[in-house]
Amino acid sequence: MANDATQSIQDPATAGEDQYLTFILADEEYGVDILRVQEIKGWERPTPLPNTPDYIRGVINVRGMIVPIIDMRLRFGMEPLEYGPTTVVIMLRVISEDRERVMGIVVDAVSEVYSIGDDNLQPAPDFGTRIGIDFVRGLATVEEKMILVLDIDTLLGPGLIASEDAIQEGQSA
Amino acid sequence: MAKVLVVDDSSSMRQMVSFALKQAGHDVTEGRDGNDGLSKAQGLKADLVITDVNMPGKDGLELTRELRKLPDYKFTPILVLTTEAGPEKKQEGKAAGATGWLVKPFDPEKLMSTVNKVLR
Amino acid sequence: MSMDMSQFTEAFLEESFEGLEHMETELLALNAGDEETLHTIFRAAHSIKGGAGTFGFSAISEFTHGMETLLDRMRNGQQETTPEIVNLLLRAVDVLRGQLQAARDGGEADPAEAAEVRALIEATLGDAAPDATPDALAPTVGGNVDGSGPENGPGDSDGTPRGWRIHFRPHADLLRTGNDPLRMFEVLEELGELTVHCDAEGLPATLEGYDPEASYLAWTLELRGDADRADIEEVFEWVEDECDLTIEPLETAGDSTGAHPPADPAPDGSGPESTPPGGEDSAAGAPARAASKPTESSSMRVNAAKIDALIDMVGELVITQSMLTDISEQMEEDPSRVEQQIERLRSGLAELERNTRELQESVMGIRMVPIAQVFNRFPRLVHDLSGQLGKQIDLQMEGELTEIDKTVLEHLGDPLVHLVRNAIDHGIEMPDERSAAGKDPTGRVTLEAYHRGGNVVIEIRDDGRGMNSDRILEKARAAGLLRPDQNPEPHEILQYIFEPGLSTADQVSDLSGRGVGMDVVKKNIRGLGGNIELHSEPGRGSRVTIRLPLTLSIMDGQLLKIHDETFVIPLIAIVESLQTEPENVKQAFGKLPLYRLRDEYIPVVDLAALFGQAEPSPMPDRALLVVAEADNQRVALRVDDLLGQQQVVIKTLETNFRRVPGTAGATILGDGQVALILDVAGIARMTSGRDTRAA
Repeated sequence: MANDATQSIQDPATAGEDQYLTFILADEEYGVDILRVQEIKGWERPTPLPNTPDYIRGVINVRGMIVPIIDMRLRFGMEPLEYGPTTVVIMLRVISEDRERVMGIVVDAVSEVYSIGDDNLQPAPDFGTRIGIDFVRGLATVEEKMILVLDIDTLLGPGLIASEDAIQEGQSA
Repeated sequence: MAKVLVVDDSSSMRQMVSFALKQAGHDVTEGRDGNDGLSKAQGLKADLVITDVNMPGKDGLELTRELRKLPDYKFTPILVLTTEAGPEKKQEGKAAGATGWLVKPFDPEKLMSTVNKVLR
Repeated sequence: MSMDMSQFTEAFLEESFEGLEHMETELLALNAGDEETLHTIFRAAHSIKGGAGTFGFSAISEFTHGMETLLDRMRNGQQETTPEIVNLLLRAVDVLRGQLQAARDGGEADPAEAAEVRALIEATLGDAAPDATPDALAPTVGGNVDGSGPENGPGDSDGTPRGWRIHFRPHADLLRTGNDPLRMFEVLEELGELTVHCDAEGLPATLEGYDPEASYLAWTLELRGDADRADIEEVFEWVEDECDLTIEPLETAGDSTGAHPPADPAPDGSGPESTPPGGEDSAAGAPARAASKPTESSSMRVNAAKIDALIDMVGELVITQSMLTDISEQMEEDPSRVEQQIERLRSGLAELERNTRELQESVMGIRMVPIAQVFNRFPRLVHDLSGQLGKQIDLQMEGELTEIDKTVLEHLGDPLVHLVRNAIDHGIEMPDERSAAGKDPTGRVTLEAYHRGGNVVIEIRDDGRGMNSDRILEKARAAGLLRPDQNPEPHEILQYIFEPGLSTADQVSDLSGRGVGMDVVKKNIRGLGGNIELHSEPGRGSRVTIRLPLTLSIMDGQLLKIHDETFVIPLIAIVESLQTEPENVKQAFGKLPLYRLRDEYIPVVDLAALFGQAEPSPMPDRALLVVAEADNQRVALRVDDLLGQQQVVIKTLETNFRRVPGTAGATILGDGQVALILDVAGIARMTSGRDTRAA
């Protein structure tokens, strides 16, 4: 998948545009840079980790690698959804502190792949101070739908790994 | 290309000599010491043997003497690797039946030019 | 053709370090007139010299040359083997080690010490060291054969054809050394225009007595061109004693004396005297060395037999695989006989399981190296220390072939040196003091390694004065490590020696030094997943016992079930497993369960609650407890079920996440599920943290 994306990026027709894989969370669509998507898996029960926030569901074995699984609904303080056969886990390469980590995010469903030019990205509106929005790269409108483009390095980076602080406050908002 | 048997108890030396020979397209078999070299030589019918002199167990000179007794190695070029440049050491090598010698330290170019001297 | 040989530098250095260790060991064991040992030592020096020259470490090869010459004389009986000479050679080993380390790490060895030792060696060799410099200093092997210097090409400067006439009459045996006149002529042909005249007069008139392996022919060759005499001599270099050879300028050549080719410096490169000792060329060699600078553990030597065994096992695996393929094909072809095939399938899978297990063990075994690699440094240390301190010490080593993980081994050196040094420095008494106490004036220090369970145990024993537990207790109290009313057992008192508080204590008392750094030793050992214990008897001696896991990445674990989750606990941490008896279950403050095990109250841990994964549940009267210990702290884990024991591969959570308190990583079970590995020390800390808050 990553390879295909690389090729289309080099395609002159899409130059200046990035491709995003979008997923659904409570009827809204979110996008992540497709170059960071390693694979898409079905839901499997992870092994829980002690004393971690509830959105860290635990760890699973991906070909001998121990990978943490993060529930995006819980991460954003939404109502949890029963995990079912359609629940998918998107495995992402997250780069922070000069290291690459592989993490899985649990979403309701995978939607589409879109090419979105940087000039079509509008800055995210002010959600108020209570929710950190530095992980939102911007908003785009594709086929009359709103897509929230996420910066996964910020979303899943040091803040999430270190502790539960910032977003937990946001949850109550 | 030629089949070359390289015998040295020092693995770095052995690897280096082998590497140079392989770069030149030769087919290299390695022996860890005199005894290993002798057993590798049998059945290999090498076109050239390069052996260290100072080795535990069977040294390079003994190996040379024993190789010369084998029908397959009667006329095979055997080069001994030695740090001794003195004439008496060379004579010992010759007396054992060595074709010639390679004096350490050597560089790969020198090694190859010497090898080319004996390989057709 | 230019080839980069720096890739072999690392192998050479590793080999040389090994050779040095050998030299050191043999030198320490050397007795006068011990020819075989001298041969071995000589060979080690010789190999280092040869390799160093080849890999461009000329300072090393130069330095080794003197050693080699000295050793050569010793083995030939020209030089007496005295303790002074042995000590000098040991110093030389140190210099060489420093030089090799500098070569490896890109630093610089102490040139003053090298120069001093070298001067001492040369002084020992005396003025009568005629051959002290030749080949070691020559950077390359040139065509300069046996002193015949570079010679003018024949002919003169007027451009007339020049050349050489060569009379070559091989002796009968020339062919028997693998030399081939034809091949020599081919090489000559590369030097110029060659004409060959064969002289068959030497052939026997009849076949009677004709030896087909002998050489009867002679040749006259004319080589035209500007080849040097040295070039031609080089062609005949190996056979000069097996032939009659004359090389003369062709008659057509005029006066040859003035024809020195102007731009032709000595073809063999610089002469011996042009190589500066030390400094300059080591600087020149530095970039290449720095480029291939290896880290300590980036490569290792593996016993060839281990590789062979691996190859065998892979072979078996392939056979098993093809058998399983065959079974699946048969099942497809003839579904009616599936029943029979299932039986074969089972045995095939059993075979596969065996193959996999053996392969795993062997692959892990590759990382295993004999502990002798660390033990080897101690004879020298003891030799030096006993000399310095005026003590007589007999060092015993046992179990040197015990294997241990390479990484563990690499981190074991410093702690062991510290412990042995302490034993000698502070444990063993002076000879007269020992005699006065009715002991053998020669003290004994023993290093022993052995396998026990999944661990390597290393003991450092001495028969010295032992340790005074009263003094340690006093110091521990003074350092605030225990309350005045605490009265630990004598055995427990000794362990305070490993506490940091004691280390910084003043060094005046008889336990001086023993405490210094002991906390660091303990930290190092714990960092390797091991533990350390001290036993001592006043007047009789001390014993330090170190227990280490065989390897860092594989561990013997006990699988257990808590709240439907499977966890792994290191087997080494388990003290015992038991069913509780109601009368021994206590509740401190009504909510902190303690279990009375003999005379000890052990906090009971509700792991699911501690891990925040379930509400705390009341302690039932009957429960299954696993009592585990780490860092001298015990906890009793309440478990629902004890599953099997198995070796697990430790994987860190930090790769894709972070460290998680209470765990020592995770492992993947047979069914592919991830199980967390419990960190007993961490759980104990979390438990006591909880206690404080609760109280």
